[in-house]
Amino acid sequence: MAYALQQLINGISLGMIYGLIAVGYTMVYGIIGMINFAHGDIFMISAFIALIAVILLSLGGLMDGPAAILLVLVISMAITALYGWTLERVAYRPLRGSFRLAPLISAIGMSIVLQNYVQVSQGARVKPLEPLVPGGIEVMRDGAFVVQFSYIQMLIIAVTLVVLAVFTILVTRTPLGRAMRACEQDRRMAALLGIDTDRTISLTFVIGASLAAVAGTMYLLRYGVIDFYIGFLAGVKAFTAAVLGGIGSLPGAVLGGLLIGLIETFWSAYFSVQYKDVAAFSILAITLIFLPTGLLGRQEVEKV
Amino acid sequence: MSATPPMLEVDCVSAGYGAVQALQEVSLQVQPGEIVTLIGANGAGKSTLLMTICGDPKPRGGRIRLAGEDITGQPTHAIMRRGVAQSPEGRRIFPRMTVQENLLMGAEALTREDPGPQMEQAFALFPRLKERLAQRGGTLSGGEQQMLAIGRALMSKPKLLLLDEPSLGLAPLVVKQIFDAIRALNAQTGLTVLLVEQNANLALRLAHRGYVLVNGRITMEGPGRALLARPEIRDAYLGGGHG
Repeated sequence: MAYALQQLINGISLGMIYGLIAVGYTMVYGIIGMINFAHGDIFMISAFIALIAVILLSLGGLMDGPAAILLVLVISMAITALYGWTLERVAYRPLRGSFRLAPLISAIGMSIVLQNYVQVSQGARVKPLEPLVPGGIEVMRDGAFVVQFSYIQMLIIAVTLVVLAVFTILVTRTPLGRAMRACEQDRRMAALLGIDTDRTISLTFVIGASLAAVAGTMYLLRYGVIDFYIGFLAGVKAFTAAVLGGIGSLPGAVLGGLLIGLIETFWSAYFSVQYKDVAAFSILAITLIFLPTGLLGRQEVEKV
Repeated sequence: MSATPPMLEVDCVSAGYGAVQALQEVSLQVQPGEIVTLIGANGAGKSTLLMTICGDPKPRGGRIRLAGEDITGQPTHAIMRRGVAQSPEGRRIFPRMTVQENLLMGAEALTREDPGPQMEQAFALFPRLKERLAQRGGTLSGGEQQMLAIGRALMSKPKLLLLDEPSLGLAPLVVKQIFDAIRALNAQTGLTVLLVEQNANLALRLAHRGYVLVNGRITMEGPGRALLARPEIRDAYLGGGHG
């Protein structure tokens, strides 16, 4: 019981990270119908930016307290957003109107470019970071087993919930969100109403990248080790989450992320850590075979 | 040429999609306050012309001027923000947005202006929209969707309204309601309208002037009633006098 509770806490905090990345996949898919395979690497870049920010702030003697962590988060979000914007501008926009597979191939190319860019500029070795938010609270004790809800896990859950709440308001209540939904439902019509669709698409990439940056920063703080390759696995898992939740559905992405996080954690706890990725990817295969529209996705019937 | 420039001047425009050349050197003019209709068979290039005026696709040749200003080659959103609005072929209502959100999308080009008065105008024209305000666009009937498409187009206070087949697939009573609304708008506010229709009888009765488009070329033009009286129009587009 205590063991399961611990797994639940771990699974939810991991799932939040996947969910944040998955939102970026699903948003871009919704608006331009492509899978941005470089999105996982945007997540990886954001973790590096956060690490560099932590180091710079430490050198300046400013890396202290919650305000500093918030500052790291904001820096990472801002610079990663710039990467997201540039990615779309350089690699996808010129291919708009080209054949359907072109931006997808470009995305895979950009993924490789970003990985190698970080490998060359930052080195291939794993970068460690000592825990900035140590400790936690004891939830319950069962003999020798202590259920620990660490502060960093609380931070991940709290930050994710706040960010997702802001994001939900943005999409459902603001003119920008309305324009994004309009582009998602009928891009040509949105242009006919005076929407600059290129700008809306750019902003979608900017928002998706900032959400990935929240995930990247949290990942860095939670696990404390990053390298240029973390984007691949995290990206594919978040993609799985987006598919499981129903690609194109924003609540689906978060739900899918949570489920993948929980499945992976419980599988590792009760079956085999070595096969945890197999468990996650089996979900992808099973979803695609039996539930191609995902849990909250909708059947494509409207577009004739 | 009159003192005020035409609201819309299409000058020798050619356009098309891919290898298909849908429009061949089409020229037409719409004066301020006029209702002009463009009739023609399916595939004649009517919708392509309306879309080309809106910059999507961009013309391959010729010029398009709006109230004397050259808008050729400008991006679609910029053209629409200059006072053009279109109720397009197939209506293109945002299916997963409410009626209210669809209307608000129409006010996008107003930038900072309060969309309230325009909303009221849309309700006055089509009271049904007010009853359906919170309903999703995709769940409306065809007639309601057409009303919404026109209402949405009017939200931006356009100088020039482009209407693509507003009668398509609708019951005669609904068609009458929509055509009455267009007539009233034109009479009361002086709104300039370019109307594309397959239903030549209805369109030519409503319009001040008409053009006939055949295989991407303008073959005839003249006052609405005069065109209606011509035997070649009767044979080709009025299919034995019904409609």
